[in-house]
Order: sequence, then C-alpha cells, then structure tokens
Amino acid sequence: MQAFDFATPTTVAEAVELLMGRNGDARILSGGTDLIAQLKEGRRTTSLVVDVKRIPEVTELRYHPESGLKLGAAVPCVVLYGDKEIVAAYPGLIDSATLIGGKQIQGRASFGGNLCNASPAADSIPAMIVHSASCLIAGPDGQRSVAVEAFCTGPGQTVLRDGEFLVAIHMPAPPVRFGAHYLRFIPRNEMDIAVVGAGASVVLDEAGERFEQARVALGAVAPTPLLVAEAGEYLAGKPVSEDVVDEAARLAKEAARPIDDMRGSVRQRKHLSAVLTRRALWKAIERARG
Amino acid sequence: MTLTRDKKGVAGKAPYKVIGTRPLRPDGADKVTGKAVYGADVHLPAMLYGAMLRSPHAHARISSIDTSEAERVPGVKAVVTAADLPVIQDILTDLGEGVVNLRYTSNNVLAHDKVLYHGHAVAAVAATSTAIAEEAVKLIKVEYDLLPPVLDVLEAMKDDAPIILEDLRTTELGEKREGQTNIASHIQHRRGDLEQGFAAADIIVEREFRTGTVHQGYIEPHSAVGLYNDDGHVTVWCSTQGAFGIRNQVSELLKLPVSDVTVIPTEIGGGFGGKLGVYLEPVVALLSKKAGHRPVKMTMNRTEVLQATGPTSASYIRVKMGATRDGKLTAAEAYLAYDAGAFPGSPVGSAAVVILAPYKLDHLLIDGYDVIVNKPRSAAYRAPGGTNAAYASEAVIDELAKIIGMDPLEFRLKNAVTEGDRRADGPVYARIGFVETLHAAQEHPHYRAPLEGKHRGRGVASGFWNNWGGRSSVSASINPDGSVNLLEGSPDIGGTRASIAMQLAETMEIAYEDVHPRVVDTDSVGYNDATGGSRTTFGTGWAAYEVGLKLIDEMKRQAADLLEVDLESIAYENGIFSSNGDSLGFKEIAERIDESGHPVVASASVHPEEFGPGFGTHIVDVEVDPETGKVEILRYTAVQDVGKAIHPSYVEGQLHGGVAQGVGWALNEEYVYDDEGHLLNASFLDYRIPTALDLPMIDTVLVEVANPGHPFGVRGVGETPIVPPAGAVANAIYDAIGVRMTTLPMSPGTILEALWAQEES
Amino acid sequence: MADRVIVNTSINGEEATLLCEPRQTLLEVLREGLRLTGTKEGCSNGNCGACNVLLDGVLVNSCLVLAVEAEGRSVTTIEGIALPEGLHPLQQKFLEHAALQCGICTPGFIISAKALLEENPSPTEEEVRFWLAGNLCRCTGYDKIVRAVLDTAEAAPSVGSFGGETP
Ligand code: FES
Ligand code: FES
Repeated sequence: MQAFDFATPTTVAEAVELLMGRNGDARILSGGTDLIAQLKEGRRTTSLVVDVKRIPEVTELRYHPESGLKLGAAVPCVVLYGDKEIVAAYPGLIDSATLIGGKQIQGRASFGGNLCNASPAADSIPAMIVHSASCLIAGPDGQRSVAVEAFCTGPGQTVLRDGEFLVAIHMPAPPVRFGAHYLRFIPRNEMDIAVVGAGASVVLDEAGERFEQARVALGAVAPTPLLVAEAGEYLAGKPVSEDVVDEAARLAKEAARPIDDMRGSVRQRKHLSAVLTRRALWKAIERARG
Repeated sequence: MTLTRDKKGVAGKAPYKVIGTRPLRPDGADKVTGKAVYGADVHLPAMLYGAMLRSPHAHARISSIDTSEAERVPGVKAVVTAADLPVIQDILTDLGEGVVNLRYTSNNVLAHDKVLYHGHAVAAVAATSTAIAEEAVKLIKVEYDLLPPVLDVLEAMKDDAPIILEDLRTTELGEKREGQTNIASHIQHRRGDLEQGFAAADIIVEREFRTGTVHQGYIEPHSAVGLYNDDGHVTVWCSTQGAFGIRNQVSELLKLPVSDVTVIPTEIGGGFGGKLGVYLEPVVALLSKKAGHRPVKMTMNRTEVLQATGPTSASYIRVKMGATRDGKLTAAEAYLAYDAGAFPGSPVGSAAVVILAPYKLDHLLIDGYDVIVNKPRSAAYRAPGGTNAAYASEAVIDELAKIIGMDPLEFRLKNAVTEGDRRADGPVYARIGFVETLHAAQEHPHYRAPLEGKHRGRGVASGFWNNWGGRSSVSASINPDGSVNLLEGSPDIGGTRASIAMQLAETMEIAYEDVHPRVVDTDSVGYNDATGGSRTTFGTGWAAYEVGLKLIDEMKRQAADLLEVDLESIAYENGIFSSNGDSLGFKEIAERIDESGHPVVASASVHPEEFGPGFGTHIVDVEVDPETGKVEILRYTAVQDVGKAIHPSYVEGQLHGGVAQGVGWALNEEYVYDDEGHLLNASFLDYRIPTALDLPMIDTVLVEVANPGHPFGVRGVGETPIVPPAGAVANAIYDAIGVRMTTLPMSPGTILEALWAQEES
Repeated sequence: MADRVIVNTSINGEEATLLCEPRQTLLEVLREGLRLTGTKEGCSNGNCGACNVLLDGVLVNSCLVLAVEAEGRSVTTIEGIALPEGLHPLQQKFLEHAALQCGICTPGFIISAKALLEENPSPTEEEVRFWLAGNLCRCTGYDKIVRAVLDTAEAAPSVGSFGGETP
C-alpha cells in the first residue's frame, strides 16, 4: 500500500480543516472495509487518511419515535442491528445491514461509508432510499442536507465537494402501517456483490388493503442506486393486489438501465429487477400489516 | 520388493485396537492456538522481502526489460529476470500427479521471451521491506509486442489459431507430428466395434459439454523463503505438498547438485494438487544469491494466486452412449479436449480414464486432446480432470436411465464394473467396491426419503479415481520411555500425521499416544513422493507399518539378549516379549536402550503398486428458484468405498471437502476472462468458493471393501469424492426443472438462460 | 514516506507500544512486527476471514484495519484465546471433531466462533452458518466446523465459560 499521513480529528471543524488542507486528496476513513481494500489495490490514492471515528456526531446513534433516526456516518452495522427499537422501526435498513459482507465486515462497515463509496451495487443505499433518508454534510460553508437518492452521481462519485464530508444520515420516523424490505440477488448465499438489489417501503390504509404511499429503489442496474419514482407514484392509492404489485415490478424493470458485466447480463438484471421488486413489495406489505 | 502382510489379515477381519478409532491429531494443539508455522510465517534473521512483476497481457513478446531504475531504489538488494536462470533442456519429471517438462517450468517461473498469460511472472525484486519491493517492481520497464491471445480450447485447436509455443509439435498417438500447433497431444483408447455396439442399442444419447477453468482455492497463498548461502548451499522453506519434488525442481532449474539443495516443508494451508510444482522457490533462491546471500521471502497475494498458479482445465467434452431397453450399455464414445493453460500437461489423460471407468463396455472409443491456451499453466487439482469428465458421462447415463424409465442406481448396478472387469483404458480391476457403494446408496434413508416441494429434484452420480502408491520412506527410533519417534517426509495437509502414526501404533501394538510423528526436511529422511494422488495414508502408512515390523524385530533381539534366550524363541504380543515363561514388557526393554549402547532405530522405504481404486456414489437434493436460476443444496450424501478407514473422522473430512469443492465447481466457480485474455475475477469475492451458508451438513457412508494390496486394506480416499458432485447436481437440477444443463458452472445466469431457451423453443 | 506513528494498544491483555507507518494494516503489524503469525492472511481484502481478530471485543478482519486505528483499543488474536488452564473449549472441540484439515483457516474460525458464542451462547445450525459465512474453508466443507461450534455451545455450562471480555 502507498504511504500516507493519518489524522484523527475530534471535531467536525477540525476534520473540515484537514480536508481543506489537501485540496481534495484526503480520504475519510470510517469502517475502512472499502477504503483500505481500495488503497491496497491501488484503486484509490491519497496523501492523508482522516479517521473520523473520534468525532462524536459521526459515531452517534440516536432514535426518537417522533424525530426519527440520526445515524452517525461511521456507526458500524453491528451497532445498528444491536438496537431493538431501531430494528423494529427500520426493517429495510436492518435487512441491508445484515447482508453487507460477513459478520467481520459488519463489525466495521458503516452506512455512511457504503454511501460515500457510491457503488452502484451498494446494499444499504436502496434501503436508505426507501426509508426516505437524507444526508447531513459538513463543509467549509457549513452544513447542508441532500436526499440519499441524490447523493451518488456516478460509480464512486458523490455530491461531496472539496472539504466536505458526510457526518450523519437522518431517517424520518416511520408512520403507522409502514413496512419495508430490502433484498438482493447473489449467486452464493453470502459474501457477494448484488447482481441486483431491490428495496421497497409501503404505507397502507387502515384495512391494510390499499397503498397510501410507496417507494421502490434498485441497486446494480444503473450508474447509481436508483429511486424508481414511477413505481411509487403508480402504487399510491391503488389496492393491494397481485396485478398492482406486478405492474409496479414491471415499472421497476422498465426503469432499470443495467450493463453487461461478469456479475450479470442486461437481460438477467432487467428480469431480476422485476422479480426482486415484487418480492420486496410483498414482504414490505406483510410487515406493514404487522 | 516383497510385501509383508499384516499377520492379522486385511481390513474388517481383524479386531484393531488403534485403527478405526478417532484420536486427536499430534499437530492439533499447534494448529488451534496459532503456533503452527505455515509458509508465510517463516522468519529468518536479516531476511529480505520479494515482490514479482507480472504480465499485464495474455500474449506478448518481451522486446526489452529495463530494471535499472528499480535497482537504484534505496533498500532494493536484487532484481532478477529470466536472464538469470540457466538454460534448460527438455527434462521430464513426475510431480506425482502428472509429468511436466522442466524447460517449460523454467519458462513459467520467469517468462523467457514471451509472456503467455495474464499474470505470467516477468521479474522479481528483493528489498528490505515488502513495500519497497512493491514500489521497485513498478519501476521495472518492460516493452511488449502484443500478440493475439487464444483462450478457448476449440479455438486453439483450429489451424489458423495464434501459435503460443513456436516449438510445440503434436504427439499423435505417441508419434511426433510436423508443424506448429497448440495441440500438445492426442491420446486414444479403443475396444470392440463401435458401430456394432451402437447398432445393438435401443436408445442413443449424445451430448456436448463445456466446463470453465477452476482453481484449487487453497486458503494459504504460495510462500517461499530462499537462502542461497555463501558456500553455495541452497535452503528453501516453503509450503508444499512435496518437499523432495521441490528440491529436485530447484536443483534442475538452477543446475545445482541435488545435495546442494535442502527443502524444509512448513505446515501447508491446503494444496489439492496446486502445491506440487515450483513458482517462487527458484526465484527466491536466485534473489538470495544476488542479494549477498541474505534470505529472501516472497508470498503471493490472492490475485497472484488466481492469476498465476493452479487452475485446472476448462474443457469441451462430447459423450455418446447407447443402451438397450432393459438397461444394458452397448457402446460409448467420448471426445475430450482439455486446455492445459500455457504449457502442455492438462489432465486429459486421467480424464480419459475416469470418464467410462465405472462401466462395463464391450465397445468404446475415447479420444483425448491436450491443448495449450493463453491461461496459467494448469496444475493438478484433486482427481485431475475427473470432475469435468464424470459430469459429462454421468449426465448421459442419467438421461439414458430416465428415457428407459429405470432407477438411475439400478441402471448403474446393471453396468457396474467388478473384480476382473477390464477398465476402459485397459487394466483389469482387482477387488473394488463400486457395487457396494451403489447398494449402500439404494439403502440409504436419503434415497428413500420422499422429496416434497416445488422445483425440488434429486440426482445421483458415481465416480472413480485410480489413486496412487508412490514412494515413501520413514525412519523411527525408540525412546527410553517406550515411545517412538517417527520421521516422515509427507507434508500433513489433513491429518496424516495421525493416520500414519496410528498404523505404526497398530503394527507395534503400542498406544497411539506413544508415537511422535514429525514431518522433516529433505536431508533428514529418505525420498518421498508428494502428498498427492490420495497416496499418503496408503503409502507412507505402509512405510510406517514396515518400520514398525523392523523395530519389533530389533526389540526382539534386545529381549533375547536380556532374557539370554534364542532370538527365535521370542514371541511378541500385547506389548510383551516372552520366551518359555519369561517375559519383558516393551517399556522395560525400552528403559535400557540408551544404556545398552544399541539404540533401536530403523527405516523403511516402500513403492507399492497395488493402490486400489476408489469408487463413490453421491445423492443430492436441490431446489431451484426458477425466477432467479439459483440452486440450493438441500441434502447431500456421499457414499464411498474407502478400503479401511484408519481415522474415520479424517476420512469423512476428505469426503466433505471433495463434495464442497465439487459443489462449488458445479454451481459458481469459474475464471472469467475478457476478450484480451485478462482475468477479471482474481479475488475471493468474484471467484466464488462455497461459504458455510451454501452447504448443508454432508452425510457420509464409509463402505469398507479392503484393498487386498495394503496391509490394513487402505485405499486412497481424498480424490474420488470430487468426481461425482457436478454430475449429481446436474441430474438433480434436471429432476427439479426439467432442464439438462451442459455447462459448468451451472450458475444462476446460465440456468435462467437455459430456462428461457426452453420456454422459447 | 509518511512519518511513523507510535500506537499504544493492548494485545491479548498485554500493553503494547508499536511503531507503525499509517499505511500498515493491523494484520501486517501483528504478523511482521509482533510475529504473532497465528493470524493468517488468505486474501488481504476482507473476503476470507483468515485474519479475524477481536477489536474491543468486536469481530473484524485485521487486513481491513489500519494498525494506527488500534490506538487505545484492545486486540485479541488466536494467541490470546487459550485459557490459563489449557485450551479454550472451542479449541478443544475443533480438535475432537477433526474440524481442521490443513488448519490455515482455523484461527479465523475460532475467533469468529468465540465472538458468536459470546453474543449467542446457544445458536442454531443456521445461525452458526450465517455467522461463519465470512470465513472461508476449502478443506472441510464446514460440516465438522459447524458441529464443533454447536457442540461447544451445548457443552458449555454457562456463557461465562467462554472467557474473555464481552463487548
Ligand atoms: S486476509 Fe483478511 S479477510 Fe482474507
Ligand atoms: S482446514 Fe484447510 S482451509 Fe479450512
């Protein structure tokens, strides 16, 4: 691995200053499960690694039934699914937290890191999208907030500007009769990159028979994780039925713009987009019905 | 050599005291506490660290190499290229699982004039740290003239294919042919009259199969430390299946007398055939020589392991078989083309044996082609060539059975070879246990259990492996406390210290705990072939048996002296030496050994030939998700004739491991290349070996049909279990979704496509 | 070259002061610096689990941790698993069940299994397989490994017997 400097700021301001000092060449270290592997393989380079895990806001995990979840960008998966209240409130998020890598990866890997790595196939991002998450970004000009679906701009690319970094992710408290699910297709049963990932969340009416709201998001079918707005718009107000869910799945398939690569073909990914969307929706519905 | 038989007779007949029990392995404590020293754990004073420059191209001529800038980096102590290797003539050497030409090995170790695959070693650096060596490697400038690569075995066989080795000529049925080619050899086995055989058939099935390149996937990367001492003596510490093989290769490649090379085998973290040949060993020795005789260590990373070592052949196989309505095979024809990677030596020879070995056939024709392509040189992999071959033949057998409506095990029973039958390639079988495995499978609760649920299927397949005897030597001495030190030259990859010590303990009628086995270096014990070919428990166990008999004879002499009686009058039983009512315990005599001035030491060497083939029959249940193409293994049972299970736990372990690798091969493992010949998935992320979540518990049934060629009835067990899985899984997939898969791996994408093709037709 | 950094950490319960380059992974420093070679390297990018250690009691791949991150933390490696009275129950059960063949994966599996049993003292087979899915073994097909872990759990009189600190 190439040589670099290392810093452990303890405040957001200090971190921003360190980043500014390297003109975009510094890298944020959170769980390191992507960054360290990439530095080793020479896929990323840097002259300064900034470990943000000693900044309180970045490692904070706070949930309130009204204000929702504040998830520090470096909180590892293992801490997230260790909290019973959070597991109950954000099921889609938890699905993805238990899928990322094996246990030893989950001990370090964070949602913030997964987001900033901006892989099109990232498991946590479609899950966060269906939970309507937004990103809290700190930088030289203060703080700003960006919806998760707008955070990634291309493979490995994000909206972060020089000197900015992701501090935390906010997710609103789920309304009543809310359900969400994330699943992915991989050839093995663990330790793989998604061929396709699909997240869905729904809010049902009192009878549990009609969609009030819905969100569908896909991974690994476009340069960035994809919010399939068409599917959500279509579902809102519709009765819960096989035909309706199938149509939403078809819309997701339509929206998918995958490529051929060694992990999957265009046809396979298009096909899986529909299959997984359908499965994600039904599981979300089941959860919303309680 | 005359064979001494165990006085208690062969397996199953004797009430053994030690054999068949499950003691803890002697190297166990070291291995569960992290103390055991594996290849990369060796550390020597003043040691340097090496790194390798590898080819970014699949096929190119090297027009120049400039190492000057790398040499100037502070901390760099040596740089070597192929120019530092002596020129080698053709020398054929048997590594234990196949013969290789050392001229090609030299070319593989450091590319001579051309690079022949992505990852081919080009130059190496030794420096005071790995980081410096890696930086320096990047400063070596190589100019390449790109050549078109050829990666597919059938493409490489075409007349207009790019030529990989200019001097290669086809050996056609033993005769050298004229003209440049990528076909290294064509072999053939024939019997009877094919036309007549197929004319007698009511049903004929013919199918083509394709299988991808796969890797052994040992978890421990290759590692070697070399010291080229000031006095000219070379010592190599490395993780290898065969220290003597490495010694011989290093000596030939560096043109050193064999007595100037010592190889010290470390613990080995898996080999499966992939740690027989040299990769780093000659290079670290050369680096050490150039770096002022300091020891140099080089360890591959996972990418290098996948790019440049191991893999076994991708293949194209065509099988045609005919059968009568009442289930008798009438004829079989097989065509096998195996890619060997960049140098000749694919396992097509053993594939051609495996493919029809389980069945009685009067009319057959087998053609095999060994073909070079721009991929890493193929190495042995557990039952080399067998899995692909049996995948093809067992699928066709299954299809025939299905068409005539016969139970697939019954069909196999009707055609199964037994003692006295002639194998497809000629030799006559001695006592074998194939039929016994079929019966055991039929009677197994798994085979009788109903299979409920949608898209679920059950498949069976059988497999054969010939095993190997090889040469083994051991030395042993008796300690004053009555225990025995046993020196072996067989690296222990999966519990063989235990299985060999058990055979010595059984022979000498002493406790297992009183045998202290050590795996020693090439200076400390007689010649041993590698741990491979399923030979170690069989062959080195036999050597231990022989040495045990010698030690007892020597102890008898000492007993005779002490009791002052004739040697002939001494009897030994249950640890007691007796003569006409007088007796001495084994330990009593041992206590006096050191004082006596007659230490009890012995050595024994064996080269057994009657190694006894192994047959297995596997049953697997799968569930296929027709929407994703994914196959879940629900239940697995492996039945095998193991001769005599010395340590049943480790025998079961061999079956488990073979099944796991076979299932990985069946479902997900394959090398993915782009059109330019770049290996795209050189990591454990995208080269997908099974995880704990991908497999169920694996039931094993150890059928013990004693091998008449071994004192305890042992047969090799390690390789047979990887032969049936791919065929069994394919047959189960057919049962589940009605699709005959003809490619390996049967990955979700390929199954989806097969389903789509079925829908569309 | 970047400056070396002094890292104060605790390894297997003993205070340790390390001089590291920031680019060095914890795995590299354990193996090359401290010669604690029981922690193995199978892939160096988080895909095999051979390098598993506990960092403040949490299971991690040491190949994906920078050594400098160990500042003020405690690291447990395979060399620190055995109990004063002898082998840890997991180590004993791995031997009894013949759960290792070549043994290169074994340290990683034992560390993972220890973390599992500390969190879930009586796991199901499925839970064991899920937890161990990040540890690759090429020799055993996992059968005997899973049995060894299940048997350790069954034989343990109480959670406390696994020794070591709970996260
Ligand atoms: S070496 Fe760290 S996970 Fe493989
Ligand atoms: S025992 Fe060899 S890799 Fe697990």
